[in-house]
Amino acid sequence: MTDANGDIVLDVRELQTHFFLRRGIVKAVDGVSFSLRRGEVLGLVGESGCGKSLTALSLMRLLPKGGARTIHGQVLLNGDDILTRTPREMREIRGREISMILQDPQTSLNPVFTIGDQLREAIFRRSRARHRDLMREAIDALRRVDISAPEQRIGQFPHQMSGGMKQRVVGAIAISGHPQVLIADEPTTALDVTIQLQYLKLLKRLQQETGMAILFITHDFGVVARMCDRVAVMYAGRIVECGPVAEVFDNPSHPYTQALIASVPKMTGSTARLYTIEGQPPSLMDLPVGCRFAARCPHAEERCESAYPPSFTVGAAHTADCWRMTAR
Amino acid sequence: MSGGEFHGKPLLQVEHLRKYYPFTKGVLLAKTLGQVKAVDDVSFAIEAGETLGLVGESGCGKTTTSKLILNLEEPSDGRVLLHGKPIHGLAGAALREYRARVQAVFQDPWSSLNPRMTIGRTIAESLIVTGWGNRAAIAERVGELLDQVGLRRDQITQYPHEFSGGQRQRIALASALASQPQLIVLDEPVSALDVSIRAQMMNLLKDIQARSNVAYLLVAHDLATVRHMADYTAVMYLGKIVEYGPTQALFDNVTHPYTKALFSAVLPPRPDRREEEIVLAGEVPSPLNPPSGCRFHTRCPFAMAQCSREEPPLRELAPGHLAACHLLTA
Repeated sequence: MTDANGDIVLDVRELQTHFFLRRGIVKAVDGVSFSLRRGEVLGLVGESGCGKSLTALSLMRLLPKGGARTIHGQVLLNGDDILTRTPREMREIRGREISMILQDPQTSLNPVFTIGDQLREAIFRRSRARHRDLMREAIDALRRVDISAPEQRIGQFPHQMSGGMKQRVVGAIAISGHPQVLIADEPTTALDVTIQLQYLKLLKRLQQETGMAILFITHDFGVVARMCDRVAVMYAGRIVECGPVAEVFDNPSHPYTQALIASVPKMTGSTARLYTIEGQPPSLMDLPVGCRFAARCPHAEERCESAYPPSFTVGAAHTADCWRMTAR
Repeated sequence: MSGGEFHGKPLLQVEHLRKYYPFTKGVLLAKTLGQVKAVDDVSFAIEAGETLGLVGESGCGKTTTSKLILNLEEPSDGRVLLHGKPIHGLAGAALREYRARVQAVFQDPWSSLNPRMTIGRTIAESLIVTGWGNRAAIAERVGELLDQVGLRRDQITQYPHEFSGGQRQRIALASALASQPQLIVLDEPVSALDVSIRAQMMNLLKDIQARSNVAYLLVAHDLATVRHMADYTAVMYLGKIVEYGPTQALFDNVTHPYTKALFSAVLPPRPDRREEEIVLAGEVPSPLNPPSGCRFHTRCPFAMAQCSREEPPLRELAPGHLAACHLLTA
């Protein structure tokens, strides 16, 4: 990806976030690069512990306490590296330029304040508007996320709402500052399937209305197929494959992506044994020098164990980090 | 397996099962304001070696149904029969015998294991309770169980925190298998697991069933998982079964509007295969005051006047395939 392209709103380069623990260094995010264009939805897929959530928290500069530090890389938001900003400047950037929705709406909302209070706080931080205007804007914000009777709902506490409704409120707060980039970290994982579909449709509509770019973090290829324009697959702290969604589904090139797609139970075809990946991901404290998937890969060769493969181009804007791609 | 003598009766029968929880106000002299109808007239049967998938969204009563079958709750009405004998009201040795016959594996492998026990001890526990035999026999059986679920025998002295989520779920399965049950209630057994681990677990469950002829009641929300695992599928909505049938037949000919909505909410396997989506308005109504007539009529895109008045009975569409909807007779 080149930065000559003015369309790029978020450009992440060689991001490394490690946990420095007494037991050793956990390389949770270890050289992640990707870019996000205006109005685009990029899916970041991977299994637990692959570093996808920590990547998101690194972008927000909201690393968990306890030794996590971003030690290398750049996060260019409109060409401006936000990793060099002060915490005070970051507070201004968060919510207005880059915003985030977390998996569990229960933990994102404060149980002792009404949702109106929480929405108004978010809007006030951005606009410093007067109370009456805040109230009107908060009601509008709820209406935009399809909450019926927002005038009544605004005085309610989070526990009076269902999970799907709470997640809508979280969405309303996240986009109240008109961010250019929204990071959605598994926003529908805690929701029921019919509510999940409602929420995905809502996010898509909001994205089309506002033109914001979304980094959609998920473990579910179905969500990727439904929501995303491009997809990046993460394994053990690195992106191993990245490309347009249709390309990656038609022509998955990294053996890990192939295995992931094959191991999902399908709604059509045979119900015989599912394809499985043997073994476990490597320990992030003791990563192999070569390809991190080599120990589980059915095609592993000698060079896979001795050196990490570079990103090979396998199609239009489609790359994969796998030595086998050299043969093409 | 103690099969022969019970020949002819299904392994498990659930007949007109109801569970109402009173909704009260006040502590002393509490007034009953109403009943939460968590399970309302549910009937089905499971044969030995079969899997029944119970599908529905949160609050539909699938977990209450499994608790009733596990004899952890008393029904308000109706019966659960194992080999034709009612299970509620059992006590003493008969109850222990039932607990050995019917086991469970729950969703969260992090909370279902005792963190202070080695996994060997956890698995041995149910053998000790059921009086498996002496120390050596128990140790041998624990080893066998670890082999069966694909763990190494030398891991017997390790503690749950030393295992990954998928391995913990294998440990939970091993301890459920210890007493040689005839039925295992699997409550969302794979939904907390990663995709690649999920496939391993599903294959393992099928292998064990093929080997030991154990029956499963699979409580799940993911239709694709049910399709891969279950011989029969029951779809629940607000405490009632709205559609039931052999999995293949039901998936080929989805009939009830709620089942259709559930199916259309399944995300596409590929970006270009997007079928027409039925997006349901609103959320599941409260089971405290379930809608009159058909409970789905408030969200049903095909609701008619009749639907809010009369409750549709389950009707047979094809051999063994039932659905409760007025559209079938309209």
